[in-house]
Amino acid sequence: MTDQTILNATHRALGARMVDFGGWDMPINYGSQIEEHHAVRRDAGMFDVSHMTVIDLHGPRTREFLRYLLANSVDKLKVTGKALYSCMLNERGGVIDDLIVYLFDEAHFRLVVNAATRAKDLAWIEQQAEAFDVEVRERPEFAMIAVQGPNARSKVFSLLHEVDRPRIEKLGKFAAAAAQGPHGMPLFVARTGYTGEDGFEIIVPNEHAVALWQALLAAGVKPAGLGARDTLRLEAGMNLYGQDMDEAVSPWEANLGWTIALDAGRDFIGRAALEAQQAAGVKRVMVGLVLDGKGVLRHGQKVLTALGEGEILSGSFAPTLEKAVAFARIPAGDPGAIRVDIRGREVPVRLVKYPFVRDGKPCVGI
Amino acid sequence: MSEIPGDLKFLKSHEWARVEDDGLIRVGISDHAQAQLGDLVYVELPEVGASVKAGSGAAVVESVKAASDIYAPVSGEIVEVNESLSDKPEIINEDAYGEGWIFLVRASDRSELDELLDANAYEELIENDDH
Repeated sequence: MTDQTILNATHRALGARMVDFGGWDMPINYGSQIEEHHAVRRDAGMFDVSHMTVIDLHGPRTREFLRYLLANSVDKLKVTGKALYSCMLNERGGVIDDLIVYLFDEAHFRLVVNAATRAKDLAWIEQQAEAFDVEVRERPEFAMIAVQGPNARSKVFSLLHEVDRPRIEKLGKFAAAAAQGPHGMPLFVARTGYTGEDGFEIIVPNEHAVALWQALLAAGVKPAGLGARDTLRLEAGMNLYGQDMDEAVSPWEANLGWTIALDAGRDFIGRAALEAQQAAGVKRVMVGLVLDGKGVLRHGQKVLTALGEGEILSGSFAPTLEKAVAFARIPAGDPGAIRVDIRGREVPVRLVKYPFVRDGKPCVGI
Repeated sequence: MSEIPGDLKFLKSHEWARVEDDGLIRVGISDHAQAQLGDLVYVELPEVGASVKAGSGAAVVESVKAASDIYAPVSGEIVEVNESLSDKPEIINEDAYGEGWIFLVRASDRSELDELLDANAYEELIENDDH
């Protein structure tokens, strides 16, 4: 039996094609994944991401706990509502999950973690939290809707109570605040996303989720499925847990070095392993590839370089670019001319710096 | 789901075959298959003159989601391919049983056609697929 979000019947009524996604019955598209992708790049689209796990942490030692739990430094969060992207590592420096942490107040932080990793994340966090007397409370009573695209914010503003509107209009990137939505429903509005476009991720109590979705639909926001979400985030250069990194991969090897804070005197889980890896030299790197010819790069394809083999991690046709792009993990060093084995054919590809697309446009050099 | 044309025969793997007036066999994928695959972005066509074997891969269609082999419903020689798919693979999404045909085969053994499902049997197959 698969889990359903509170919006399940709403998706079906919109004609969604539903698939099993990490144990959840989710919409892959509502007709055309490519049209949904373009709607987000050019206007505004929305995704049901209620399958993601919201976890609230309570207790006076919560910040101290997060200093220990996360590879990024929670001390970068100084004001209420501010958000931080971080990896949560095991002792070997492997990635247990990637997540966003929000500061509410010193005794209350919120984590949003992946759906497919829910059980192991909760078990790990609870185990580590014990020593800090931090209460770990999952919040399944919340749904989450991501509204993304160049016109996403203005469409959300139109639904907010007028007393909240100026404050939410001023909300900076990677910050969140409470606001009242249609009929006074309580919203937690975060200026975050997974598409490379501006927009919000909105946490809403389950009982108001359908009404919020319908109000967004009436405001002209197009429903978009997980298929479009995947191509959007790949174009935007964002990792997918389980595909681009997992417990056997360190952030160094997943191009997530920018999320590691080796601040003086902070002991966090995995730090010793990360420093040892760095001292010894990181052996594998994650790179961006573009296929200028015909064909599609896919997860699992073999990558051939002058220094040995690698593999395609996330790979897909990129609708904004109208060609295939991918992340690959290859041996560190000068790879020479890179080829990918596509069904027995060795196809030349181009090594690029990603993101591939930002704010609706292909990046320079893609 | 659009109506399945009665003159088509099918493989269980969702390819259709139509016997044209000149006796050549036109091949494509079913409307059900294109819907399952989603937006198509690339079609790898066989070469004209290539020989194909019934039940073996003759072409590849790729959607955003996945790549799928297209099996030849009958053995024979490829006499024509739908070149317009090279630039517009989405034609298959729009008209799977018409403009979205993939290749034309001169069959070497027409009795192989008898092994294929008729439209009713295929319809039954995909109905069971959906449950």
